[in-house]
Amino acid sequence: MSNKEKHWEKTKGLMIITLIIWFVFGYLIFMFGSDLNTSSFMGYPLAYYMCAQGSIIAFVVLIFWFANRQEKIDEEFGFTEKEDD
Amino acid sequence: MFKGNFIDNLPKIYGTYTGGFIVFIILMAIAEQAGMTAKTIGILFVAFTVCIYALIGYLSRTVQVDAYYVAGRQVPTVFNGMATAADWMSGASFVAMAGGIYFGGYTYMAFLVGWTGGYVLVSSLLAPYLRKFGCYTVPDFIGTRYGGNFARFCAVVVLTLASFTYVTAQINATGTIASRALSIPFELGVWVGLVSILLCSMLGGMRAVTWTQVAQYIVLIIAYLIPVFWISNKSGFGFFPHFMLGEEVARLGALESQFGLVKNAAADIKAAGVPGGLKSISVSHSGVPEGGMAAWKFISLALCMMVGTASLPHILMRYFTTPSVKAARKSVAWSLFFIALLYTSAPMLATLSKISLIDPNLPTGIIGKPIAEIMQIEWVNAWINVKQAFIADFNGDGILQLNEWFMRGDVVVLATPEVAGLPYVISGLVAAGGMAAAMSTADGLILAIANALSHDIYYKIIDPKADVRKRLLVARALLIVIGAAGAYIASMRITSILGAVAWAFDFAMSGLFFPLILGVWWKRATRQGAIAGMIAGLASGTAYLIYVYPKFMGNAPWLGIDHLRFGIIGASVCLVVMVVVSLMTEEPDKATQQMVDEVRVPSGKTILGKQH
Repeated sequence: MSNKEKHWEKTKGLMIITLIIWFVFGYLIFMFGSDLNTSSFMGYPLAYYMCAQGSIIAFVVLIFWFANRQEKIDEEFGFTEKEDD
Repeated sequence: MFKGNFIDNLPKIYGTYTGGFIVFIILMAIAEQAGMTAKTIGILFVAFTVCIYALIGYLSRTVQVDAYYVAGRQVPTVFNGMATAADWMSGASFVAMAGGIYFGGYTYMAFLVGWTGGYVLVSSLLAPYLRKFGCYTVPDFIGTRYGGNFARFCAVVVLTLASFTYVTAQINATGTIASRALSIPFELGVWVGLVSILLCSMLGGMRAVTWTQVAQYIVLIIAYLIPVFWISNKSGFGFFPHFMLGEEVARLGALESQFGLVKNAAADIKAAGVPGGLKSISVSHSGVPEGGMAAWKFISLALCMMVGTASLPHILMRYFTTPSVKAARKSVAWSLFFIALLYTSAPMLATLSKISLIDPNLPTGIIGKPIAEIMQIEWVNAWINVKQAFIADFNGDGILQLNEWFMRGDVVVLATPEVAGLPYVISGLVAAGGMAAAMSTADGLILAIANALSHDIYYKIIDPKADVRKRLLVARALLIVIGAAGAYIASMRITSILGAVAWAFDFAMSGLFFPLILGVWWKRATRQGAIAGMIAGLASGTAYLIYVYPKFMGNAPWLGIDHLRFGIIGASVCLVVMVVVSLMTEEPDKATQQMVDEVRVPSGKTILGKQH
């Protein structure tokens, strides 16, 4: 496998992990909304909290994490951009 | 004061600007104390901010193609995030979202999840690759990746349909705010709004829109957060509302069961003469509706909004302006961060507004009190007079019940400061914020359409030999034509029959989502596949919309997929058709496959030249 192919394999892997986490916070937890609401977080019913703040914060953190991971992958295979590109 | 080039000075420039805006707010507050009328304050707020945006638009004028189309690709990560956030958050987000939560509770909040989660798709599937491609517009990518003018043309059609659906609502919002703040008729307000919008974009294209959007973000976020924090503190709900309103949300649940959530019969509402568009609370604030169908409706709405986000050209094109692929990725994260500041505050504002009104133990509470007494309250009177609120004593007991208080969703943002007894300067600030939100989105949308028509249709298809001067002239002429068309439709006040903002997301996902991501992630995707997918996706989505929308054919939705969710049908058909046709046709040539390989690598030159 060439350098490019290995880089793409790792990139794909990261994409899949990112989308799995996205699926959990975007969909999976809301399939059990009424069960979630029986517990609470900071006084908020949990399902309410997750769509008011929880999932949104999770998405922000997820994208920052993803961007950093992808930068590491690019670095590993020598595909980091030069400043003057 | 500012040495060196413009980009290096950005933090200083916008820091000064923010400081200046805060000084302006303080001056207005002093003027209010000195006896300036509410009307003058409103006019000054809107006029002052719009003049600043116009000045930025003028200073950013350009005669270069890459500055006009992609802001010279030098917008730093964080600033591009702010510009995207302003581009994204429309007048509807600003004015109507808290109202939507106020009336729709948990069920409505699927929009919050959907309108934020889409950015995960943008960052992981699209933005960095489109940036590496080096395109000017979204159809530019489709046209080059799949080859041929017809594929490019199909992408322009989807882009125009989706963006135009969205833009009339934005111009409508600028018209509403301008007419209210400047006390002019709505029809005139629409044209005033349009002129303000064009002042920001005409001379400098993407470059001008970028720098005005950053300025507009600063105004809109200040205008949204100050009232939320102020109300929460003034009414004693806690100094940091986001962490401290749990108790109030729980109390709302208790009050709902005490008062009872009654859904008024349509006949009763009509008989009482409730003005159109006004609603009473009939859905639980935080309660989750039982059953699989309710969960599916929540998830399917979130899905449509997320996939739609990742297909909307006016958002994707913001990431063409970053200096590098790496910066494009980070910029998506910053965009969502800046969006989250407002989106996480909207439920808090809805909660504050609701508890202030319905808790009988609070001085601001009106539910459960005698109607004669409530009619004495100044703000109640003012909003009833302009038909934004209404009282219908259904049971004739003279006491206001929860289901007897009607208001328009917008009132939550516009009136809550007044209800809580905040000075009028805050209402002026909120008007400026709403104007900024609607203008910035309208600018992004009009520019997306005009750029696609001028670059992809005029330059790439009609006259590839046109020189730079002529190209930019056409681009500017199109801006005016599209803006005027949008304003004309908005001034006819038919937006209520044009449908929801959600439609723009559904149109975009039906025609563009899979051709875009498969263009990067599936080398085997062919021109014929992409063309067939775009046509079939858009046609099936539109057909289903006509089939299901109550004002058209009004058939029963299939599996709960109603007119807000028709993109699920369109995008699924698009995917299947695109894959089947691609596999039936010959695989793309070597050059195309190599191009896709190149797109996947962040370093190196862009696929399309710096100027093309």
